[in-house]
Amino acid sequence: MASIDWTPDLAWGDKQEARAKELGMMSEQLSGRSMETFFEPAEDENLTYAFSKDVDFNKRTEIDTADMDTMEVNKNIRALMDEGFGTIVIQNPRGKHSIGVGILNRLNLIIEGSTGYFSTGLIDGPNVRVNGRVGWSCGENMMSGTIVIEKNAGSTFGAAIRGGDLVCKGSVGSRTGIDMKGGTIIVGGDTGALSGFMMQRGRMVVCGNAGKNLGDSMYDGTIYVGGEIKSLGVDAVDAELTELDQAWLKRKLNQYGLLPEQGVAHFRKIVAGKQLWNYDNLEPNEKKLIL
Amino acid sequence: MCGIAGLIHRGKSSGVGSEMTSMLQALKHRGPDSTGFAVYGNANDGEYVMRFKVAEAEDMDGGFDMPAKIAARIAEVEKRLGEHGAIIKSRDEATAYAQRWVIAHNGNTEALARYVEDVEGTEILSMGNALELIKDLGDATVVSDQYNLGSFQGTHSIGHTRMATESDVDIRSAHPYWAFPYNDVSVVHNGQITNYWNMRREMERKGHRFMSSCDSELLAVYTADNLNNGIELEESLERSIREIDGVFTYLVATKDSLGMAKDTMAAKPLVLFESDDMIAMASEEVAIRAILPQEIDTYDPYDEEVRVWRA
Repeated sequence: MASIDWTPDLAWGDKQEARAKELGMMSEQLSGRSMETFFEPAEDENLTYAFSKDVDFNKRTEIDTADMDTMEVNKNIRALMDEGFGTIVIQNPRGKHSIGVGILNRLNLIIEGSTGYFSTGLIDGPNVRVNGRVGWSCGENMMSGTIVIEKNAGSTFGAAIRGGDLVCKGSVGSRTGIDMKGGTIIVGGDTGALSGFMMQRGRMVVCGNAGKNLGDSMYDGTIYVGGEIKSLGVDAVDAELTELDQAWLKRKLNQYGLLPEQGVAHFRKIVAGKQLWNYDNLEPNEKKLIL
Repeated sequence: MCGIAGLIHRGKSSGVGSEMTSMLQALKHRGPDSTGFAVYGNANDGEYVMRFKVAEAEDMDGGFDMPAKIAARIAEVEKRLGEHGAIIKSRDEATAYAQRWVIAHNGNTEALARYVEDVEGTEILSMGNALELIKDLGDATVVSDQYNLGSFQGTHSIGHTRMATESDVDIRSAHPYWAFPYNDVSVVHNGQITNYWNMRREMERKGHRFMSSCDSELLAVYTADNLNNGIELEESLERSIREIDGVFTYLVATKDSLGMAKDTMAAKPLVLFESDDMIAMASEEVAIRAILPQEIDTYDPYDEEVRVWRA
């Protein structure tokens, strides 16, 4: 019978601690509001996927999409990224839907014209500029990167967005930032009804007016509005606009040239009243069972 | 999910037939079941264009005697027009069952229309000085070619591509709807009306006729009822937002104007383009781009928005 030749590694505990520190798993690193910052754009590794394309921003190309359908346009973008083009200009999009969706790569994407629904949705990384208008659900579910729209946008702008900056310099439709879970939505003009509906995290800034039921049933997150609010939704309440809020607003709006002339002191801050937070409460019939 | 489109030129005639065909063809993916057009040409007072069908497209497979039945129905329509003193000035047919007659009549057109519709299988799609209402199964190009719409000149038009969700795929459930018996009033709609049966019963008690079970027909009847009570188009559109439940965006065209209304939830899309020469609107921007490829500024109207434009 073979004997087991094993001596315990007495330094195992120290090694394990060092490894955990390296991985950022120590409690002091985790104790912050990790969900807010779990994406750190400064960290290189977070911006790249495995097998992501190595693109050079200085390599620029244009495609004329007047006679293409959506699939051809999106295939073309991918093919050009494979060739290493880091700046792609799309000419004549003519309101086509789903242009530039699902780009999980760094890229400068410039769209010269207007797009239809779901424009550059599901993206993670690219910087997009649309020199026109976008239809419904632009930037839906985006993870990171920036999208800047020069004209107006349709409804459900930035639905379920999780990260990055989504900016519309004009006015947007209804249900802006519905179900948003992170990131920042900035609107230079007005927004329609039910903006920030069931919002869970992140920040929304509206420089103009907001329609009825703003922030209806929001779980969390913050909405800043510079103009009139037609009405607040269920469980959306005013909060104090702190100096920290103002400093952040100034910096953020300045980045996109949207800082109002009179500053940001007049902005209203809307947050969740948390009156609907009944997650741990039992339903009446469940109570009966326990009692 | 249907597609709607509207187009109005200010102060001039244009090829609205071909323009609306391009717009609706671009919206085909929103609904391929049927396509309909309401186009407004130059009005000739005292003369009415009567577009009517004497059978459904599917009835044509109904048996060897269909052609004879159709001929008999058309003869009956002709006889009944004569009884009411209407003079038939010209007659064309796009298909065996779809007729376009120009009639001269200076009596009560409602009584005339009711009498003609009493003929089996007959439905008047539209009757008006300027309005011509065309609807059939197929996409925009198919219907437009079948009814030779490409050369139509006019001031304004509304159109619809339908994905049937609430009722059958046939011509009687296709849009646009004529606001019977209001000459020159037509309606297209995208959405679902949830108090349809209540409103329909209320309208039926007032004596209005429903040809289909399509909820959109209610909007046409409702508009006709309001106009009948001397209510202006804009007021009617605003009232509809309060009185009709559900999600809807709809367009109404009259002899010289075009209006839109959006429900309180703004749940159905519409994109608007306005300029000094023309106003174009559609469910999706791609339809507007089909006729205006150059750079333009467009926007989404908000909830409860009502607009009316004059030609």
